[in-house]
Amino acid sequence: MSEDDAKLLDGIERAAFVYFRQRVNPANGLVADTSRYGSPCSIAVVGFALSVYPIAVERGWMARDEAVTLTLAALRFFRDSDQSGSTTATGYKGFYYHFLDMHSGLRVWRSELSMIDTALLMAGVLTTREYFTAHTASETELRQIAEELYLNVDWRWSQNGRETIMQGWKPESGFLHYGWEGYTEGIVLYVLALGSPTHALSGDAYHSWTVTYQWENLYGIDILYAAPLFIYQFSHAWIDLRGIQDPFMLDKGSDYFENSRRAVLVQREYARRNPGGFAGYDEDCWGLSAGDGPTGEGVDGGPRLRGYAARGVPYGPDDGTLAGWAALASLPFAPDITLKAVRAMHERYPEMRPDHQYASGFNPGLVGADGKYWVSPGHYGLDQGIVTMMIENYRTEFIWRLMRNCAYFVAGLRGAGFSGGWLDGEPLEKPGNNAQG
Amino acid sequence: MTAAADPSERERLRNVRPSEWRNPLPAARYDLLVLGAGTAGLTAARTAAARGKKVALVERDLLGGTCLNVGCLPSKTIIRTARLYSEMRRAATYGASVPSSITVDFPAAMERVRRIRARVSRLDSASDLAAAGVDVFFGDALFSGADAVVIQGTTVRFTRAVIATGARPQTPDIPGLAEAGFVTNENAFDLTELPRRLLVIGGGPLGCEMAQAFCRLGSQTTIVQNWPLFLPREERDAAQVLSDAFARDGIHIRLDTNAVSVRVQGGEKIVDIVQSDYKDSIAVDAILTGTGRAPNVDGLNLEVAGVAYDRSRGVHVDDFLRTNNPRVYAAGDVCLKHKFDDTAEASARIAVENALFHGRQRLSALIIPWCTYTDPEIAHVGLYVRQALEQGISVKTFTIPMHDVDRAIADGEEVGFVKIHTRERTDEILGATIVGSHAGEMISELTLAMVAGIGLGKLATVIHPYPTQAGAIRLAADAYANERAAEHEAGIV
Repeated sequence: MSEDDAKLLDGIERAAFVYFRQRVNPANGLVADTSRYGSPCSIAVVGFALSVYPIAVERGWMARDEAVTLTLAALRFFRDSDQSGSTTATGYKGFYYHFLDMHSGLRVWRSELSMIDTALLMAGVLTTREYFTAHTASETELRQIAEELYLNVDWRWSQNGRETIMQGWKPESGFLHYGWEGYTEGIVLYVLALGSPTHALSGDAYHSWTVTYQWENLYGIDILYAAPLFIYQFSHAWIDLRGIQDPFMLDKGSDYFENSRRAVLVQREYARRNPGGFAGYDEDCWGLSAGDGPTGEGVDGGPRLRGYAARGVPYGPDDGTLAGWAALASLPFAPDITLKAVRAMHERYPEMRPDHQYASGFNPGLVGADGKYWVSPGHYGLDQGIVTMMIENYRTEFIWRLMRNCAYFVAGLRGAGFSGGWLDGEPLEKPGNNAQG
Repeated sequence: MTAAADPSERERLRNVRPSEWRNPLPAARYDLLVLGAGTAGLTAARTAAARGKKVALVERDLLGGTCLNVGCLPSKTIIRTARLYSEMRRAATYGASVPSSITVDFPAAMERVRRIRARVSRLDSASDLAAAGVDVFFGDALFSGADAVVIQGTTVRFTRAVIATGARPQTPDIPGLAEAGFVTNENAFDLTELPRRLLVIGGGPLGCEMAQAFCRLGSQTTIVQNWPLFLPREERDAAQVLSDAFARDGIHIRLDTNAVSVRVQGGEKIVDIVQSDYKDSIAVDAILTGTGRAPNVDGLNLEVAGVAYDRSRGVHVDDFLRTNNPRVYAAGDVCLKHKFDDTAEASARIAVENALFHGRQRLSALIIPWCTYTDPEIAHVGLYVRQALEQGISVKTFTIPMHDVDRAIADGEEVGFVKIHTRERTDEILGATIVGSHAGEMISELTLAMVAGIGLGKLATVIHPYPTQAGAIRLAADAYANERAAEHEAGIV
């Protein structure tokens, strides 16, 4: 990695980390979903925060004591929270409602008890358990609570008697009546759910999920297909999926890491073709993912503007809104392509990074009366979390190395049928230009 | 204008239910008696008669059945008009001027439906059938034994029979719906005024087609679907593309939502809906239900004939379309899971072959394509990927987005894709889904390939006229061929 690249990435990573320090409630460790006024906590963002603190400690951006304090505050809060499953509780069956009040920690927005967001939270919880290993009273307590929280999650209940995991549950209406369909960010969910020694999934849940996969040749590229870019990234924030294969990938002669590299190629090809004729799109300006965008009728007969939506390629939805963070979070998979795009997008659209943190989305073609293109106001915690973790994994493989030692992750991967590579003790091949620093 | 006063309607009724018709004196015994003169029944009767058999055809209502009178044909006719209005509004995208005033003439659109329906009915007329050697009976037919029915008091005996009584719209069980009034495909084409606000209940093929058509004709349309996606049977991407198209058209989409009650208030129909735990109400002027079809099994005395059935599946048949009365077969919507016109026709041919000519043709051997005629159209044939994977078959899909197809770009019809599912490491086509403006036309090439056992590699050698949208199939075949060539080059194969 060149000095320039190292400097660029260090600046982006540190700026993203700052979000968590700014948006945490130190009293309970909860972290705001967005920087917007009145934003509730998102439990997934807490999961990212818990994963980011060890990075910050390693980077010298945060004292270990402070990280432990914030982590303990969060873990104690969840341990002591109302798990009655009532309409105003914090959680049920070890799962937590998606959005919580920043101060009381109680459910807001009538949000669902979210399986994937609980998984992201638990991934963070287990990250802290792996990192804070000192034999101090605080870190010992931290590890104990982390263990307790993970073991309390009743993953089997989330199947609702079916083969696969349901997407959510509400006290008013029960399980949302659909599950996971097709390739999603759900690998981390299934791995955690299969690795549990207390409430592991029953049956052949992982296989039942992967039979909904689609292996496609798209733009001449073989890929396990999903539309939005974040799907190819979130599980990789914690799990080193290089060189290990589940039965599906074994059959295809590929792995999920390589698949995410191909996702970058597909995004780039789509942006180069730019079927919607949107401003800005080209091979160095892409990143269609879930995130904020403008709302309203389309401009000049263009597609309706979607607001917060899971944008994707090649079938959309696409309203001309891009997510700079999503492009950057592909860094470990395709460093050269990604860095080139990151530099180009920074240069062309500097306003997409207010306060040096990526906005959730920007739309170069939607220019207001002030002559400025549309940029999502404020920042989203998920975006800052994935940016921090993926840059760090690219630079040092820190989280990957840490979590390769997590017995629950390893058990979950094996339960899903993963084998080979580091799981079988094989030495890791270092990616070609995955420089350290 | 009432139906009776409309010249087109008069012509249609003259063809499909002539008032002056007198049922013929029945033959002592018919080789084949067909109950129901929809697509399956007409096909069965004509096929058997053309091969020299003595055939009786009984219809309780209108010849032509659902397809001609209230189904495929009128709906596709109105869809075409709606599409034209949509294109007029989008004229600028074609480099053309948008007309200064686009006023939908709903009565004219409906008059066109009636005119075309009347024209096509000429081919299904009672006199045509009689000329083809079919004895046509109008009236209810009740089985009076294992080999006989009674039609208006007259016993008609048969050696073999085919039950082809079709299906009718299923009415959702929603409190207050019947009292408030609603339309289905059976009577939607009798509307004389365009509803200002329309609620469509059901996001299956019928509901989707009608919602889009009425929206494009100018109704403020809301569609309520009790599932997170439209067309739940179809691929996720297809349903997603359709959702986007609906949003573009301005349809208000309420997915994962149930209509739970209806009431009339101040001349409006108020529909209460529930999505998860969120409740809302929608005020509309008309409600159209499109929630599936129920087989017509009542009023036939099937028990007397020893024919097993239930009200959900319809008449029970084996793979040879034979009921548990060896003299009696069934075909079409009354017994099939796939309630499509083309499948009804194919099943009728099988039933006749097996009933009269010692055939051993199997229903399961049919490769059945289908199409939902929204814009874009959604067509499918063969296995879905999930079905293949559940059977342990490894699948590779060759995908061509329509935005990679020159003709689609030229036509301004880039929304959609061709996905061809192959058995991994072979060119055997397992199935395909096409989403595009002409998907219904394009799926036939892949159906033919599957029926004839033509692989995707062979399709790469077939010259497709350039530029056509069907060229997308060729591009998918090229992708397969290129990959094979690359593997040979690399010494993998």
